[in-house]
Amino acid sequence: MRVIQTIQRPLILLVSVVLAQVLLLAVQIKRGEVRLIRRVAVWTMTQVQRPAAYLIDSAGGAWHRYIGLRNTRKENEELRNELAQMKLRVAQLEGAAAEAKRLESVLAFREGNADIPMVAARVVGAGASETSRTLYIDRGETDKIRRNMGVITPDGIVGKVLETYARTSLILLISDKDSGAGALLANSRTLGIARGTGEQTVELRNVSNDQDVAVGESVLTSGLDQIFPKDLPVGTVASVEKGNPFKVIRMKPAARLDRLEEVLVLLTRQEFPAKKEAETATAPEKKP
Amino acid sequence: MAIRVQTEPHIEVHEYRLLAVPAAAFLAVLIRAFLPVYFPSADMLELPLLVTLYFGLSRRNPATGLLLGTGIGLLQDSVSPVPIGYYGIAKTLVGYAGSSIGGRLDVDHPISRFLLTFVFFHFHQGVLVLIERLLLAQPKAWFSLRLLLASLVNAAIAVVLFPLLDKLRKPS
Repeated sequence: MRVIQTIQRPLILLVSVVLAQVLLLAVQIKRGEVRLIRRVAVWTMTQVQRPAAYLIDSAGGAWHRYIGLRNTRKENEELRNELAQMKLRVAQLEGAAAEAKRLESVLAFREGNADIPMVAARVVGAGASETSRTLYIDRGETDKIRRNMGVITPDGIVGKVLETYARTSLILLISDKDSGAGALLANSRTLGIARGTGEQTVELRNVSNDQDVAVGESVLTSGLDQIFPKDLPVGTVASVEKGNPFKVIRMKPAARLDRLEEVLVLLTRQEFPAKKEAETATAPEKKP
Repeated sequence: MAIRVQTEPHIEVHEYRLLAVPAAAFLAVLIRAFLPVYFPSADMLELPLLVTLYFGLSRRNPATGLLLGTGIGLLQDSVSPVPIGYYGIAKTLVGYAGSSIGGRLDVDHPISRFLLTFVFFHFHQGVLVLIERLLLAQPKAWFSLRLLLASLVNAAIAVVLFPLLDKLRKPS
């Protein structure tokens, strides 16, 4: 009997507990929620959940921030690379646009003087010496270029051909110390010699002290040097000082000698039509 | 006719540290209610069931087992959107059955733990379906692939979790 009681006791307890819960379920179905029990349980749970949620959120937030920071860093790097590439591309396009503009002016100059034989050339290098001002161009003897031919841009004279090779020529710039060109002051038609200084400026020599020379006055080629035709721009007077026995006149070259990329090599000393026409028009006035 | 109960002196009844059982139960319910908020697939884990089963199997006392199951089940009910008693009844039965079986089987072996958890998971689920169908008049499927997957996952978790819970035992 005692054994039966021992085995039955948990069973009775089980049935009682299950029945109680079934009744509780029935009550809930009939009357609705058991709010008090749930309230107490939820309150108890949330007391633990709240700090746990805070910890998880903090850890999650820190993790997301870390991931975000890493992503941002990576994105930043990618954007920097992209920006560098875009800058390079912009520089290339700007260079191409500038080149197109220069070529357009060279072409326009050539078309405007179509009857004068000249060869367009690209500057491909500079002289290796610090003391000399020379350039290499991509045209040579095969393009009928010979020594002492004049080299110009639409802006003005550049220099002369110093050496020629099959497909390359060495140009001595007008600013080189050993360079020279026959020149005259545009207003007074006073003759002189344009000589390089080894710097960016050019001097106009052999102009007497009693000659009036204004700063900003244009200097043109005289055509007496057997290299350049007459009346091509050489430069503008930058400064004038009295010297002994001649004035010291410094000029700013008309051509941008420091930014030469395309030049024209004159294959002849034939004068330019516009200049010739202008001279023809002014010729009767010169004759008294 | 008298029913005799053969005692099995070689099967050890384990004792646990103070508050170890309620703390483990509370933590299991807490994680069950809390974890799916952050990891939705964690709703597959039935930690309160595993804890009920573990202590039921270990204590090997049906009365203690069923009461523990009742407590854990009611706690789970109270923080779940189900009527109070829903999990309570199911875990009461699991606690009772687990503690009854625990006295007859070697429940310390990982394979037996895996199989027992697998079986009890489906038993627990069966009770829940019965409650829904009979008491709540809600149609609920007896079986689904997700349920099978959940039982396998919980059985695998039990193999890892039970040795951890073993550490809560008082040294014999």
